[in-house]
Amino acid sequence: MILSLALAELRTYHEQTMKQSLSERLAILSDAAKYDASCSSSGAGKRDSAGTKGLGSTGNGICHAYTPDGRCISLLKILLTNFCIYDCAYCINRSSSNVQRTRFTPDEVVWLTLEFYRRNYIEGLFLSSGIIRSPEDTMAQMVHVARELRQVHGFRGYIHLKTIPNASAEQLAEAGLYADRLSINVEMPTEQGLAAYAPEKKAGIIRHSMGEMRTRIDAGKERSLSGRRPPRFAPGGQSTQMIVGADTATDHDILASSSSLYSGYKLRRVYYSAFSPIPDASAILPVRPPPLLREHRLYQADWLYRFYGFQFSEITAAQPDGMLDLALDPKLAWALANRALFPVDLNRASREMLLRVPGLGVRSVNAIVTSRRHKHLRLEDLARLNVSLRKVKPFLHTTGWSPTRLTDQINLRQAFLPSPQQLSLF
Amino acid sequence: MAFGAIVEHDTSFSEWRPIARQCFLAGVPPEELEWRCASAEASLFDAPLTVPSPKPDAPNPILRSNCLALLKSILRHADQTRFDLAYRILWRAQSEPSLAAIPLDPDIARALRMVHQIRRDAHKMEAFLRFRDIGESQNGRRLFLAWFEPDHYILPTVAPFFTRRFTDMDWAILTPKGSITWNGEKCTLSRTACSKPDLSDSLEQLWQTYYMAIFNPARIKTKAMRSEMPRKYWKNLPETRLIPQMLAQAGTRVKAMETQQPQEAPYFHKRLQQRRTEKPEP
Ligand code: SF4
Repeated sequence: MILSLALAELRTYHEQTMKQSLSERLAILSDAAKYDASCSSSGAGKRDSAGTKGLGSTGNGICHAYTPDGRCISLLKILLTNFCIYDCAYCINRSSSNVQRTRFTPDEVVWLTLEFYRRNYIEGLFLSSGIIRSPEDTMAQMVHVARELRQVHGFRGYIHLKTIPNASAEQLAEAGLYADRLSINVEMPTEQGLAAYAPEKKAGIIRHSMGEMRTRIDAGKERSLSGRRPPRFAPGGQSTQMIVGADTATDHDILASSSSLYSGYKLRRVYYSAFSPIPDASAILPVRPPPLLREHRLYQADWLYRFYGFQFSEITAAQPDGMLDLALDPKLAWALANRALFPVDLNRASREMLLRVPGLGVRSVNAIVTSRRHKHLRLEDLARLNVSLRKVKPFLHTTGWSPTRLTDQINLRQAFLPSPQQLSLF
Repeated sequence: MAFGAIVEHDTSFSEWRPIARQCFLAGVPPEELEWRCASAEASLFDAPLTVPSPKPDAPNPILRSNCLALLKSILRHADQTRFDLAYRILWRAQSEPSLAAIPLDPDIARALRMVHQIRRDAHKMEAFLRFRDIGESQNGRRLFLAWFEPDHYILPTVAPFFTRRFTDMDWAILTPKGSITWNGEKCTLSRTACSKPDLSDSLEQLWQTYYMAIFNPARIKTKAMRSEMPRKYWKNLPETRLIPQMLAQAGTRVKAMETQQPQEAPYFHKRLQQRRTEKPEP
């Protein structure tokens, strides 16, 4: 209700902004969206337009371009408006920022999505928005865009909607009908962090919305007793993002939070976004960003959890300050801390144990497991799998190779540290 | 006279197969068979090659389905030694039936590497091909044209992807290795080499705007960018010409953010805060 009072100002803002060209507005509203890392177009399953009058397909998760920041462009990632009544400290769109404000009409977003898609620039749309007037109103406009795309234009590409906490149950149900993925950002790893940096957002409400989405996503997968399919609901699941390095949360705090998010809400992905300096930043933020390497290490830890059978607690257990080792990747760091478990037998170790050998990826482990059914493997055989022998040697033994002396070395960590030049190359 | 066959560069699996079969039925082992590409610096002094005649009572070659799939796949590679490799795998698989399931076997390792390269090539084509709007086709549908330079003979591999995705428009994809066209009903593949068309599309300006704006100047990871989007693709992409300029400006943009003085909040924010204190939310 605060907001209806602000309506007059909002209207003047909008009258001014609609005079800007589409290109100017696109620049502002994509600039405003770039700090959200969850651009992937995965998890939607296979769908295409063969035999329909529509446009688009999913299931490929393609990155259509890369920018010099190393990130992939998969979706048209934009805000409906960067006008926002909230004041989240880390956000370029917070109400106290002097950034230029503007908005798209829902029709413009629909048009841009389709035209970009036809030229094979994107896999689909990732639409998010600042909060205008009220959460329901904002959500209604986003749902409108998704409905137009699906129903009027037969669009079968990917749609990711950022859910507004406090949106109504009907809105959520309709959003899930059109969207492949829904997400809501937990933003800060801890509740204290959220209270300090995003005073208008409530951790309880965010978690509640995530729980609500999880229930609907689960329900959307089950057939009823009569075998009837429930209405579609975001088959690509939900994801979230945490900002790293804006507050004092350690990697341990962050990963503990991920752990509860993955298990409690069955998230498909948790994204870690190294806090990035923004124009007209709030005074409570650090001026300098955390090293990008920290974000990278968190993603590696996340990867170990999702594909290598690690628990998050194992990964940070050996780090006294709760921070991941910046100089070593978390798998190597774990192996060095648990060196008593190594070396393992290349020909007999379980798949699970091979996955824990530094330098062996999922693909090489699969190749080893199939190949060793047919022949006895030696170290040289691994070279053919593009495996770095130097990296795996200390952790494996097989006929003709046993590295006992290496794992006994106390200064093993030293041996694995990259040289300073390599480090600066990153 | 030496045994062997002269084949075209782009010989496909279905064209290679009858020749390979014939050589196999003639009982010629891989070491005694030469596969030569038609246009590869043919010289008068090259030994003439004959495809041997099959022995009447020779048993048919048999392959497990994974091995057959592997051969089909590597025949799409541009490497001219693929014919030789495929024949050797065919030959060896008769006495080693599970050969294709041993990724560490040198021949299979090489074949798998080729499969990987083909897959990557196809994947990059699906990612980096750009359609350009060229108006309407005769049947009144929108018409688009694209130019791409694949490394391998992957047009049959990628055609289903494009027809299932860009169903409601007409389009043609031109490449030096042939073309794919789609008119809403029928997909036509051709192996006639095309030359690069001169295309422009005014929408590319909006795409470039997006590409510049979505870039975060505070994170520079050009190595990651280049490993996923190697330079060889840049010349046909409308957005990559902006990269030097984006990188050149990045440093100043970040400096400006670091040194900026806190500014006064806009009037709107103050009004909002005022309302909140006057009338706290329930
Ligand atoms: S709600 Fe917070 S994070 Fe979202 S746009 Fe507004 S200020 Fe930014």
